[in-house]
Amino acid sequence: MNIIEVKDATKKFGDFTAVNNITFSVKQGENFAFLGPNGAGKTTSIKMLTTLLEPTSGSVVLNGFDVIKYPDEARHSFGIVFQDPSVDTEMTAYENMELHAVMYAVPKSVYKPRIQELLELVDLWDRKDSLVKDFSGGMKRRLEIARGLLHHPKVLFLDEPTLGLDPQTRNHMWSYIKNLNQKEGLTVFFTTHYMEEADKNADRVAIIDQGVIVASGTPAELKESTKSATLEDAFLELTGKHIREESTGMDAKRLTNRMWGR
Amino acid sequence: MGQVVFLSFPRRRESRYLKLDSRLRGNDKYNKMSTIYILWLRQLKRYVRSKQRMFASLAQPLLFLFAFGFGFGSTFAKAGEGSYIQFLAPGIIAMTVMFTAVFSGIEIIWDKQFGFLKETLVAPVSRFNIMLGRTLGGTTVAFIQGIIVLLITLLAGFKPALSGVPLAIVFMFLLALFFTAFGTMIASKLDDMQSFPLIINFLVMPLFFLSGALFPIVGLPTVFNIIVHANPLSYAVDGIRGALIGQHVFSFGLDALILFVIAFVCLYIGAEFFKRIQA
Repeated sequence: MNIIEVKDATKKFGDFTAVNNITFSVKQGENFAFLGPNGAGKTTSIKMLTTLLEPTSGSVVLNGFDVIKYPDEARHSFGIVFQDPSVDTEMTAYENMELHAVMYAVPKSVYKPRIQELLELVDLWDRKDSLVKDFSGGMKRRLEIARGLLHHPKVLFLDEPTLGLDPQTRNHMWSYIKNLNQKEGLTVFFTTHYMEEADKNADRVAIIDQGVIVASGTPAELKESTKSATLEDAFLELTGKHIREESTGMDAKRLTNRMWGR
Repeated sequence: MGQVVFLSFPRRRESRYLKLDSRLRGNDKYNKMSTIYILWLRQLKRYVRSKQRMFASLAQPLLFLFAFGFGFGSTFAKAGEGSYIQFLAPGIIAMTVMFTAVFSGIEIIWDKQFGFLKETLVAPVSRFNIMLGRTLGGTTVAFIQGIIVLLITLLAGFKPALSGVPLAIVFMFLLALFFTAFGTMIASKLDDMQSFPLIINFLVMPLFFLSGALFPIVGLPTVFNIIVHANPLSYAVDGIRGALIGQHVFSFGLDALILFVIAFVCLYIGAEFFKRIQA
């Protein structure tokens, strides 16, 4: 069964076409990497998949629910860890989790043990009553992952989840995501700039460039078709070697926020 | 211009007939109430935790109270208008409520910049309820600040009629609701923190100075008089002052009606703007 079904999805901002007629699907339980250079349309695609942006044309179906017709059902079906932190730093870890549980209508009898279980999973249970502003970048990311899983989503979206994390945290994070993937059949959809990360963790990969999907398949298939030794070489072969301009002001702000560890 | 409109209501109603894993779906009505409640609670927690903010927002009204109250006191008395502290205190209370309420709008911009807003926007709850919870939270905070200043004015020698306090509280609440919704309305349209205080200074300061908070609004020059009458804050100040010291120009009914109507207009426009925020 395909848990994500994207058909001819296009997103235009005025004259600019950020995502141009993309079609792809992700199977239930798959670990799917969505790769592309800066400004290729990755984040716009994720926003369309997660109901934050309405496609200009085409359709996106998540867990059987069209995201435009049934946004709330689609929203119940996924959890997301955004590229930038999205936790409330003036609240405690537990309060962030609780707020999420209430918004997703998880009953108290369910969410109390679930929060403990997840916070223990990400090693934050002993810090549950600390304000998130005292957390390091890695701790915030772990909290966001725990939060994204709180309402038993079918799909977990991870938009550059390991950016700015040290190898230890990165390794740790992937080991429990893969664990959930195997044990609970959770579908994982992630973007990353680290090709070896995609190579190691993804069952299937799609590469987007200038709003168009230029290749998709297993990492092995992509390497074979481009006659490359690594996924990084395959990626460069497919998307070219010139450096991309990032034009939006949002990216500059994002970098500043990252730099100051927000 | 490629404007995207989110979540029109008929779609949501239609979706009720779809079946979903029961584990994913709680009781709908309970969910709405508790979402509003938890976002309201969040505003309150943030307020209580931010002591600096609490004190900083009390500094300005107190400065006005002491500088004007004691500075102009004798002149006011000589002009035969009685005690200026009595006259000024309700105006200062209204001022506190208004400023705190409008500034609570800045938290939306804050949440936009620090990402938390996205967490609420991908949640399966209506944007109207998100906006309502936040606005009621901001309203409550502004209201509490007003009560604190009311208590402080008592120390400065303000002697209100105790029987009028409940009515004054109603006006303070309406005023808080109005300006919180107003702040939400503006903040939903802005993206950066720097422009918010500027707009506040150009919109809110004039409203304050031309409201009768600092001086009686009888016998003013015509143009000035029209501005004062067109200013919704005038009616809040009038209502609060009338309730607390029995001195008012308009009827309580008119004061309440105007505040009520304008609060709901702002709430409606604020909700519409909030729905259109793009993350």
